[in-house]
Order: sequence, then C-alpha cells, then structure tokens
Amino acid sequence: MNPQTPAPTRLRARGVHLGYGEHTVVDGVDLDVPTGRVTVIVGANGSGKSTLLRGLGRLMRPTRGSVELDGVDLYRRPPREVARVLGLLPQHPIAPEGITVAALVARGRHPHRGAFRRWDSTDADAVATALARTDLAELADRRVEELSGGQRQRVWVAMALAQEPELLLLDEPTTYLDLAHQVDLLDLLAELNAERGTTVVMVLHELALAARYADHLVVLHRGRVLRAGPPGEVLDAACLAEAFGLEARVLEDPVSGTPLVVPIGRRRVRIGSPY
Amino acid sequence: MTTTAPAAPARTSGAPVTPQTGESEGTARLRRRRVAVVVGALLLLALACAASLAWGARDIAPGQVWRALVDPVAGDNDHLVVRDLRVPRTLVGLVGGAAFAAAGVLLQGVTRNPIADPGLLGINAGASLAVVVAIALGASSIGAYVWCAFAGAVLAALVVHLAASLSGDGPTPVTLALVGAAFSALATSAITVVLLTDQRTLGEFRSWQVGSLANRSLDLLPPVLPFVVLGVVLAVAAAPVLDALALGDDVAAALGVRVGRGRALVLLAVVLLCGSAVSLVGPIAFVGLVVPHLARMLVGAHDHRWLLGVSLLLGPSLLLAADVIGRLLAPPGEVEAGLVVAVLGAPVLLAIVRRGRVLA
Amino acid sequence: MSVVAIAPLRLPARVLRRTAVHAGLVAAVLAVGCLALMLGDYRLTVGQVLGALVGDPGPAHFVVVELRAPRWVLGVLVGLAFGVSGALFQTSLRNPLASPDVLGVSQGASAAAVATLLVGGASGWAMTAAAAGGGVLVGVLLYAVAWKQGTTGQRFVLSGIGVAYLAGSVVGYLLTRSDVRDAQAALTWMTGSLGQSSWQLVQVLGPVLLVLLPLAALLARGLDLLQLGDDRAASLGRRPEVVRGGAVLLGVLLASAATAAAGPVAFVAFAAAPIARRLLGDGTPGLAASGLVGVVLVTASDVVAQHLLPVDVPVGIVTGALGAPVLIWLLARRRTS
Repeated sequence: MNPQTPAPTRLRARGVHLGYGEHTVVDGVDLDVPTGRVTVIVGANGSGKSTLLRGLGRLMRPTRGSVELDGVDLYRRPPREVARVLGLLPQHPIAPEGITVAALVARGRHPHRGAFRRWDSTDADAVATALARTDLAELADRRVEELSGGQRQRVWVAMALAQEPELLLLDEPTTYLDLAHQVDLLDLLAELNAERGTTVVMVLHELALAARYADHLVVLHRGRVLRAGPPGEVLDAACLAEAFGLEARVLEDPVSGTPLVVPIGRRRVRIGSPY
Repeated sequence: MTTTAPAAPARTSGAPVTPQTGESEGTARLRRRRVAVVVGALLLLALACAASLAWGARDIAPGQVWRALVDPVAGDNDHLVVRDLRVPRTLVGLVGGAAFAAAGVLLQGVTRNPIADPGLLGINAGASLAVVVAIALGASSIGAYVWCAFAGAVLAALVVHLAASLSGDGPTPVTLALVGAAFSALATSAITVVLLTDQRTLGEFRSWQVGSLANRSLDLLPPVLPFVVLGVVLAVAAAPVLDALALGDDVAAALGVRVGRGRALVLLAVVLLCGSAVSLVGPIAFVGLVVPHLARMLVGAHDHRWLLGVSLLLGPSLLLAADVIGRLLAPPGEVEAGLVVAVLGAPVLLAIVRRGRVLA
Repeated sequence: MSVVAIAPLRLPARVLRRTAVHAGLVAAVLAVGCLALMLGDYRLTVGQVLGALVGDPGPAHFVVVELRAPRWVLGVLVGLAFGVSGALFQTSLRNPLASPDVLGVSQGASAAAVATLLVGGASGWAMTAAAAGGGVLVGVLLYAVAWKQGTTGQRFVLSGIGVAYLAGSVVGYLLTRSDVRDAQAALTWMTGSLGQSSWQLVQVLGPVLLVLLPLAALLARGLDLLQLGDDRAASLGRRPEVVRGGAVLLGVLLASAATAAAGPVAFVAFAAAPIARRLLGDGTPGLAASGLVGVVLVTASDVVAQHLLPVDVPVGIVTGALGAPVLIWLLARRRTS
C-alpha cells in the first residue's frame, strides 16, 4: 500500500450519535475509514472510543446519523452478509467453559455457513490458516481456559481471522498483554494488513504503539473527533493537552521515526530540565 | 508471532466432516465418541420402546406382542392390550420425551443457565392453570386437557415474554427467568385457590399434575405432532445461533447473528415443544433438565446440533424407561411416569454433578 | 480495581438511598403491624392497640396480645427468615433463580411434613418437627453431594434441583394416593399458612433466628466480595468456598426453621432479594433489606388473606399473587444490569 495515494473508503460514519439511554457518548462523528490501511482510535478514558467502535461494528445502533458499508447503511443489510465483510473483536468476549481452541476458532466461520450448509474444506482451510497465523496450531486441542492470557487473546484474534473479514475492528486487543506480546499481536495485524490488504481499525491505549502502527490516527475527545490523520501530523503537544489533559513532549521514535510521547509527570523530572 | 513453521495439518478428507474443524486428532476422537454415543442412544431407545411394548401389568409373551403388531387377531385380549394401550403410550412417550428434552437443550443454551428447565418460562404453570380451570368447569378427559394445556402454555409464554419486554433491558435471559418465576407464582396462587375450595378438581388435577403416560389414546397425537415437528425443525435451525450466543451477545452479533431475533426463534421453539409435551404427558419438566446435562457430558457442551440429536434420543428413553418401571412396580396399579422419572433422573443428575465439571 | 469499586457506600447519594429504603421498609413493617393488630371481627383503634400493648387490662388486651400479636410476630419472623435465606442463596451461588424451593429445602420439608400428616395422621407440632428435619436433611444431602474440595455455586444449585425433584416426587406420590380431604390439608400446609401461630411457636422460632441472623450479618461482607468472583474474593482475603458453604448452610437452616413454623410460604424467599436489590439499586447483596421485604410481603399478605378477601385463605396464596406483580413492575421500571 502506497501511503501517497488517497485511500478510498468502504466504511464511513456520517454524523453518528451513540449513547446509552439519555446519556450520549459519541456526539456527531464523521469518519472515513481508509481502506487497506490501519486506523487507530485513541482518546482519554470515557472519550467514546469503544462506543464508536461498537457503532462502526454494528453492535450499537446510532441514535442519529448512520454508518455505511460500501455506501449502504449497516442496518439495511442482513447481519450475516455484513459479518462476512466486517469482523469485530469486542473487549470482553466469553469463552464457554471447556471449549477447545479449534472449536472456538471454528465459530468464526458462522457467517459463512447457512443454517443447513455443511462444514467444508473452505471452512477447514480458513480455520487452519487462522490457527497457523496465530501460532496456535499446536494448541488446537487444548481447552481455552488452560491457556495464558496472551495465548487466549490470540485465540480470539484467530477466531476473527477465521471469519476472513475484509475489515477487522478490534477493541483494545492488547489489554492484559505484556509489552512483547503486545508488539507480537500488533505485528500480526500489520502483516495481515500488508499481505491480505485487510483494513484494520482498532482502539488502543498505548500512544507510542498507536503512533507506530497507525497509518491513520483518530483522536477522540468527549465524543467528537479532535484530530484525524497520519500520526506525525496529529500527535503534538497541543493535541495531547486537549485530548488527555496531559502535559507531554513529543519526540521522534528512534526506531520508527513516528511520534513518541513522553509525559511530564510530577516525579523524577531531571534537575535542570525546563520542566 | 511470525508464521514460521506449522503448515496446515493434513485434513481427513472424504470422511463425514463434523461441524468442528474436522482435522486435528482431538477433534477426530471427539467425532468418533459422538458417533458412538448416538449409536448407543439409538440402541437404548430401541430397547426402551421394546420394553414399553412387551412389559406391563398383564403378562404377554414377546411372540404374542410381535403378532399383535404385525398380524393382530380381532377379539384377542392380549392383542387389544398391546395395540390399544401399549402402542399409544409408547408413541406418546416418544414424542413427549423428545420434546421435553429438546426444549431443555434450547432453554439452557439460550439462558446460559444450567438450571433452566421447561418450567422456567411459566409454561408448566400456564398449562396447569388452564387444566385446573378446565376441570373446575367440568372437563374430565385427557383429550380435553390436551387443548387446554397447550393453549395455557402458549398463552403463559406470550404473557411472560411481553412482560419481560417491558423491562429496561428487554427480554434478556435473566428478566425472562425472573418474570417466568413471578408468573408461575401468580398462576400457582390461582391454582391453589381452586384446589383448596373444590375437592373434585383437586382429585382430578393431582393425578394429571404428576405426569403420566397412562390412558393416552392415539387420537391425541395427530393434533400435537405438527407443533412438535415444527419445534424440532426450528431447534435444529437455531442450533448454530446458540453456539454463537455462547460466546456472548457481542461476539454473536459480530458473527452476524441477530441476537434478539435468534433468541425469539429459540423461545418460539421452546414454547411449541414444551406446550406439546405438557399437553401430552403433563408437566414432567425434569426430563428437560436432566437429559441435556447427560448429553453435555457425553458429547460435549459446545455443539448444539449434537446436543439436540442426542437429547432427542435420550429424552424418550428416560421417559419410557420410567413408564415401564412404574408399570412393573405395583401391578395391577402403576406408579406414574412423572414420579419415576425423578427417582431415576435425580441420581443421574447428582452423579454428573459429583463427577465434576458442569458445563453450561 | 480497588475495594472502592465495590464500596459505593462512600457516595453520599447511595448512603441516603440505602437509609431511605431501610427506613421506608421498617415504616412499612410497622404500619402493616398496626393494621394486623387493629383488623378483625373485633375492630380496634390505634389507641386501643397501643393501650393493650403497654398493658392496659381490658377486652382489647386479650385480643391484641393473645390472638393477633403472636400471628403478626410469627409472620415477621417467617418473613425475615425467608427473605434473608433467599438473599443468602442467590448471592452466594450467584444465580438469580436460587431459592429454598429451587434447592430442595422446601420440597424436603414438605415431603417429611406431608408424610407425617398423610401416613402418620399427625399434625401440629409433629409436622413442624418433621418439616424442620426434612429441610435440614436436604441440607446435609446437598453437602454430601456437592462438597468436593470446596464447591462451586453451579454444583450446589444443580444438586439442590435434583434433590428438589426427588422430594417433590415423594410429595406427588403421597398426594395422589391419599384421601382428597387429607390431600387438601396437605396442600394448605404446602401453600404456607400462619394459622397455627402461637406464642409457643414464636418462642421456638425466635431464639433460632436470634442465633442465625447475626451469623448471616457476619457473612455479609464476604458475600459482597464474592459477587466479584471467586478469584477476586480470594485476593481480598476471603476464602470463597468457606463464605459460600457458610451462606448456604445458614440459608438452609433459616429456610428450614421458617418452613417448619409456617410451611414453605410461596415466593417470599425467591422474590425478596431481587425486590430488595432493585429498591437499593447499588449492587450490594442487601441482606437486611431482603429480610425486611420478606417481612412486609408475609405480614401484608396475611392481612389481605385474613381480612380483605371474602374467604379465609392461607397466606402463601397471597404472597405469590402480591409479590409477583411487584417484582414484574420493578423489572419493568429499572434496568436489571
């Protein structure tokens, strides 16, 4: 993917409002998700990141505005058809007690199977590929509850891969993972994006990783889009101050050249430093 | 997490592929086990049917039973007993047991609560109330009870579903269960009032309420059978939805399941199955509780089609076995199947529980 | 992720609401009590009732102290026991459907009591003793089956259901094979009634509750933690299996005691906790509030059963008819999550 060409959009939010009861969380968001790129949504706690993702993934119906996939309102298309194109991994999925890795990953094939269509080699291939990609082939017969947190998270990602979506939405996929596993997982998603052209949209907390892996960074503040664009243009001290109420310096990441956020707390500020 | 080594493992091609991945060794083992369980359950059911035809208060030789089925002689009392008494109750037991068991699988799956039984939605209470009212108004045949019970069951489920829909969260499993229990309490109050003031009704109702296969004629089946068949078809169609719902509402929705509609479909199947079963044999909800647990232990908890299939075989086996034992316990009288089911099923349930993992 | 998350008591609004709910329930208990003592064939005024209670001799004294008070007090004790018992079961087993009826305690007590009545021809104290024995026996059986290096809520509940069906089938067997008139008497007992109230009964049940309820109060904090899951409770220093085992034991004993005194009064143990939780609305188990809701439900139902209905019916008929709409209404009004 050449970052210079303007990206077309398949998933697009138009004036989306989302809320729980009277309480509005997402307050009129317009968002064009660039196809074939990695979009990362960041923002302070309570800024509406997860809610926006749920709206984009058809888990929540906008109270106003609409989310369109290929120009058609998500709610005007059969959910199974949407699920073949658009996958979503929510924050707290439930693994049924006693289920094996292979059986759980196989559930990802649900949208591709009719009520009476049998399991066939396409399904088996998709599951095998998903297991191999996530390094889980060896663990296929293990029970999910026996796995470590990092492995378990990979199982869920594998399930989403078995779904073979063209757009994949993930809500904080790196929670509970140590730094090495976080990087592993994000690398996996980046590869998926590069090799298959899968459009990835995810909510992340860790700003350095967000900046490194995002082609397109969206900063939410109080339910609205504060900034959106390439991380290098979006992340600056002013943006951080407004979105997070955080005083910080933005340096260049010596590894990737992307922005690196260094917060200025109250502790351990070097003597003689201007802070 | 680079994809270095593991190429896709060899697939077992040609073999009937299970709804699992159908490739790893563990899955293959599970499939063999499932097939073995189904064969065993089929044998068990055949045995139960044979026993139900062959054994009873009247001693009839197996040869006579066979002749009664294939070449009946008019006026032969043995043949009359087999054809007019044992065949109908066997068929009624088959349908009733299967329907209760399937309903149990659906309810436990959709509520994610392993203690859900077909009484949960107020179905039993509704059917019972309707039968009580019918008896109090003068009805006195099983044939009349069937329609009242079915209507009562459907009406109860509708009321419960409507009331649960009024709640802030809509008809979630928890609200459904609570409203169902509340409705049952209400109906039980009404039933008790009638029973305490009307001895004749109590006399009739108490024997209906324990649940029995006795005195069922073949005429009962044709009107009920379409509902059972429709219920089973809906259940099989909804099985993948239950598999997805087990991962949580969010994941299910992300997999393209219409969560609300899927749940409503499952509940519709439950109402059809349960309403039919209650009307045929009385409120023997225990079949619907214990059989799914047994099935889960045998074929695993995560594939609702297998669960349904095995339960459809084990449910009638249990009910017929209970009926046969009830006939043999105290001839010429008999102990109602509904009572024996509890005595047979409770130890099974306790053993499953004791064994350890209870899968929901 | 700290204890603060489960101690919403720190927020003044919550404290206010908790206090208001408890105060309201106590006021309701007293108001119903007043009515219960006033109403009857011999109608009394509030003044007469109060006078009788502080010791004025006269005709009112006998009516209030000897006839009406024991019944009301028994209703209070039974309601308290059932309400707390239901809350103990539901919170410790983390299952909103758990109650003494579901766990087999009511059925065990019923089977024993009905057998005493139908087979032995005995009634009164014999039934009371049999019911207590039946309920406790079920409890013992539950532990024998479900206890295996501690226990999970699921295992308890399922064992209880198995036992419930077993005992239920015994009751069914007895009912279908007895004289219809005896069956009716058995049914009345199984519906739950305050008809056999007396000061003696109160003197037996009262001390039992005096021992059990403080123990339940001791468990309340542990139950609060158990709501967060076994792991979290353990990490906060509570052994989940001990808390759960203790709560179920107390629940069984409370329900057995109350059932022995008044029969398995329908729906009280099941509905008291969900009603109390929705009144409180702060996610705590609300043992005290559950007990109070149970009291209001039983005593108010008894007033209705005795005085407002054309025929005298057992209180259990009214608790179901009164409690069910309340629960449904609360569900409809509020989000359950």
